[in-house]
Amino acid sequence: MDADVKQHQMKLIYDRYVRYLFIASACLMTIIILAIIIFVGQQGLRTFTEVSVSEFFFTTKWDPMEGQYGAASFIVGSLYVTLLAILLGAPLGLAGAVFMAKIAPSWLREIMRPATDLYVAIPSVVYGFVGLTIVVPFIRTQFNVSSGFGLLAAGFILAIMILPTIISISEDALRSVPRPLEEASLALGATRWQTIWKVLLPAALPGILTSIILAMARAIGETMAVQMVIGNTPQLAKSLFMPTSTLPSEIVVEMGNTPYGSAWGDSLFLMALVLLLISLGMILIIRRIAQRRLA
Amino acid sequence: MSTGSRLISPKIQDKIATGIMWLAGMVIMGILVTFLFYMLYKGVPVLSWEFITGEPSDIRAGGGVGPQLFNSFYILTLSLLFSIPLAVGAGIYLAEYAGNNRLTDMIRLSTESLATVPSIVLGLFGMIIFVNMLGMGFSIIGGALTLMLLNLPVLVRVTEESIRTVPVHYREASLALGATKWQTIYRVVLPNALPGIMTGLTLTAGRALGETAILIFTAGTTVSRQLPDFDVTAAGETLAVHMWYVMAIGLVPDRIDIANGIGALLIITILIFNLMFTIPGKLLQRKMGSSRH
Repeated sequence: MDADVKQHQMKLIYDRYVRYLFIASACLMTIIILAIIIFVGQQGLRTFTEVSVSEFFFTTKWDPMEGQYGAASFIVGSLYVTLLAILLGAPLGLAGAVFMAKIAPSWLREIMRPATDLYVAIPSVVYGFVGLTIVVPFIRTQFNVSSGFGLLAAGFILAIMILPTIISISEDALRSVPRPLEEASLALGATRWQTIWKVLLPAALPGILTSIILAMARAIGETMAVQMVIGNTPQLAKSLFMPTSTLPSEIVVEMGNTPYGSAWGDSLFLMALVLLLISLGMILIIRRIAQRRLA
Repeated sequence: MSTGSRLISPKIQDKIATGIMWLAGMVIMGILVTFLFYMLYKGVPVLSWEFITGEPSDIRAGGGVGPQLFNSFYILTLSLLFSIPLAVGAGIYLAEYAGNNRLTDMIRLSTESLATVPSIVLGLFGMIIFVNMLGMGFSIIGGALTLMLLNLPVLVRVTEESIRTVPVHYREASLALGATKWQTIYRVVLPNALPGIMTGLTLTAGRALGETAILIFTAGTTVSRQLPDFDVTAAGETLAVHMWYVMAIGLVPDRIDIANGIGALLIITILIFNLMFTIPGKLLQRKMGSSRH
C-alpha cells in the first residue's frame, strides 16, 4: 500500500517535470525570435556609425569600395518584385482556391491538395533554375530585350512560388464560411457565381487578405530564385526588363566577399534587419485582421 | 457586375465564371506538371552512378555530386533530430497545457513570427551565432543548427494541430482509468496524433532538403575530400547549394548538366518523400477514422 502511494507520488512529480520541459521548449521559440532580432539588429545598426540613415535609405548609389552605401534601389526592387508577384499570382491563386473549394469534383480536389503541397516542396533553386533556363530566354526573345534578366522574370517566378500560400489559406477561408449563408443565397435564386461573388468572397475576405499578406512575406524574403533571374545590378529599375537587385539577392551575392565586421558586411546585416522588420510587420497586420474577425 | 448583368444574363455569367475557374485550376496543375516533367526530362539522362556518387570537380567537366548528396541527408537528419523533440514539446504545451494567458499569446506570436522570417535572415543569424560566436566555422553542425530554426515553427504548428484533432473523450477515458497527464499524452494522445505529425514532418523535410539561403553562409560551399565524412565540423555543401553555386559562381564547363542532374535528384527525392510518408499517413488516418465509428 505504502509502496503504491510512493510510486504514485513519483509519477506525479515526474508529471510536473515533464510539464516544465514542455514549457521550456515552448519558451525557446520566443527566445529564438528575440535573439534573431537582437543579434541581426545589433550587427546591422553598426552600419550607422559610418553611414548616415538618409544615405542608406534614400540614395541609390551603391559602391562599398568607394564608401557609398545607398540601398534605396534594393528596397525599391524588393517592393517592385513583391507587388508584381502579387499582381500576377494572386488572381490565379484566388481563382484556383474558389475552384478547389466550390467547383472542383471531389476526386480532383483530392489530387489538387497534395499538388499544392508539392508546389511548396519544390526547392527555390529549382524555381530559379527553371526561371534562368526557360523564363529569361523567353522574355529575351519575346520582348526583344538585351538580357531578359530583371523585374518581370523575378516577378513571374515569384508569382508561381506564392501560389500554394494563396491557394491553401484562401481555400480554407472559403470552406469555413458557414453553409447557411451560402444556402440562403442559393435559395433566393442567386446563381452559384453570384453566391461566390456576393456572399462567399466577402465573408472569406479576412482569410483571403491573410493569404495575400503571407504570400507577400514569402515573396519579399525569397532569395535564391530571385537572385538567379534578377540580374544583380545595383541600379534603380526603370522598366520591367532592366536588371536590378533586391535586398535578399544583394545579401547573398555580396556576403561571401565581405570581411565580417566591416562597414560593408554590417550594411548587409542592416538589409537583413529591414527584411526582418518588414516580415514581422506583416505578422502584426495579420494579427489585426484576425482580431477584427473575432470582434 | 450590376451593369454587366443587364447585358449578359446571370446564367451565362455563371457559365463564364465557372469556365474561368476551371481554367485557373487546370493552369495551376499544368504549371506544376510542367515544372516536374521539365526538370526530370532534362535531368534524368544526366543521372549515372558516377554522377551520383562521384567527386565534384572545380574546373573540369564530368564531376559528380556524391559528397553533396551525402551532406544533404546528413544535415537534414541532424536538423530534424534537433528540432523534433523541441517542436513536439512546444506543440504538446500549446495543445494540452497552455492556458489563455500572456505567456501562451507570446509563444504563439513568436512561432508565427519565426515562420515568416526570411530564410536569408535565418542564415545570417546562424552565421553570427554558430559560425562566428561559437566558433563552429562553416560546418555541417552550424548548418544543421540553423536549419533547425526553419523547421521548428512548422513542426510546432503541425504537432499542435494534430494533437487537437485527437478526440477529448480519448483523454478522458485514459485519465478516468487513473493515468497521469503525461501517461495520457504519451500512451494515448501522441500515437493518435502520429499520422498528422508524420505528414507535417514530410513537408518539413522536403522544404529543408531544398533549402539554400540558410546553408550558404553556415554550412559553406565546399565539401570534405573524404566520403562519407561524418565529422560534423567539416564544411558541408548540400545538393541545393551546389546547384546554385555552379550556376551563379561555378567555372565548370558542364554546369548546366550538373544543375539539371541535381534538379532531377531533388525532385525525385521530394516525390519519394511525399509518396512514402504522406500516402501511408493518409491511409493510416482513414483506417483509424473508420475503426472509430
